[in-house]
Amino acid sequence: MKNNLVALLSGVIFGLGLALSQMIDPNKVLNFLDVTGNWDPSLAFVMMGALAVTMLSFRFILKRPAPLFESVFHMSKQTVITRPLLIGAGLFGIGWGMSGYCPGPAVASLGLLSVEGLVMVAAIYAGFFSHRWFAGK
Amino acid sequence: MMQFLINLNGKTLENFTPVSALLGGALIGLSVSLLLLLNGRMAGISGIMNGLLSAPKKEEIWRGLFLLGLVVGAVIFQLLTDDSLVLRKGYPILLIIMGGFLVGVGTRMGSGCTSGHGICGIANFSIRSIAATITFMLSGMVTVFILKHILGVAS
Repeated sequence: MKNNLVALLSGVIFGLGLALSQMIDPNKVLNFLDVTGNWDPSLAFVMMGALAVTMLSFRFILKRPAPLFESVFHMSKQTVITRPLLIGAGLFGIGWGMSGYCPGPAVASLGLLSVEGLVMVAAIYAGFFSHRWFAGK
Repeated sequence: MMQFLINLNGKTLENFTPVSALLGGALIGLSVSLLLLLNGRMAGISGIMNGLLSAPKKEEIWRGLFLLGLVVGAVIFQLLTDDSLVLRKGYPILLIIMGGFLVGVGTRMGSGCTSGHGICGIANFSIRSIAATITFMLSGMVTVFILKHILGVAS
């Protein structure tokens, strides 16, 4: 119960952050990626703002033996840069550059009743299922 | 909204919004920190989306609520501000369909997206996340360059 409320609240704050920073606007994201055109560095400032908070908070949080409402931290244990990591990130970047949406803004844009956002979310899930099918999971 | 005109090497950055970007980013950082401190979860959105349809039943609820929260946050912002966010019109839907598919496949293969690698992973000093973030930033920039400046679509 507590965990679920935390998840909802955390999602709302994340969505507010995406809207305030205008990352919910796919053209603003494309203008960040368009370094040789009318470049808009705002997205880098969003990352800096987020990292300024998380770089500090993670140091304190991960010093704890466990999170407050859960028995363990659920973290990735992988440490090696692999071929799938780089190929996957490369493909993600291509899709990001084609559409202007990464997963967070795509979901948040449903709140603006964006048809594009709905198509994007459906296409992302099609990608998830295809990957699962190919990977045989 | 807060708009700034900044002149950099003679180039004008017309739509650069550093203040709202930093503040919005800080809110995202706060959200990620809360989810980790309280629930022990990394707020990687592609992972949360994927888990919504594959994780055990008990785990699906918090994932669904987090994603619902993203939508609610955007709605609240719309209600609180006068200058509402304008939806893009006339963008080639084929680019959205193909792009979305690649985002889906790529984030599963590469175990994360902008939030999971770019914010959570880098804050955790993960070498994998740093490599992934550099990779998707570069491939995104190359893609936009090709689409916009070579093929002349989506401009």
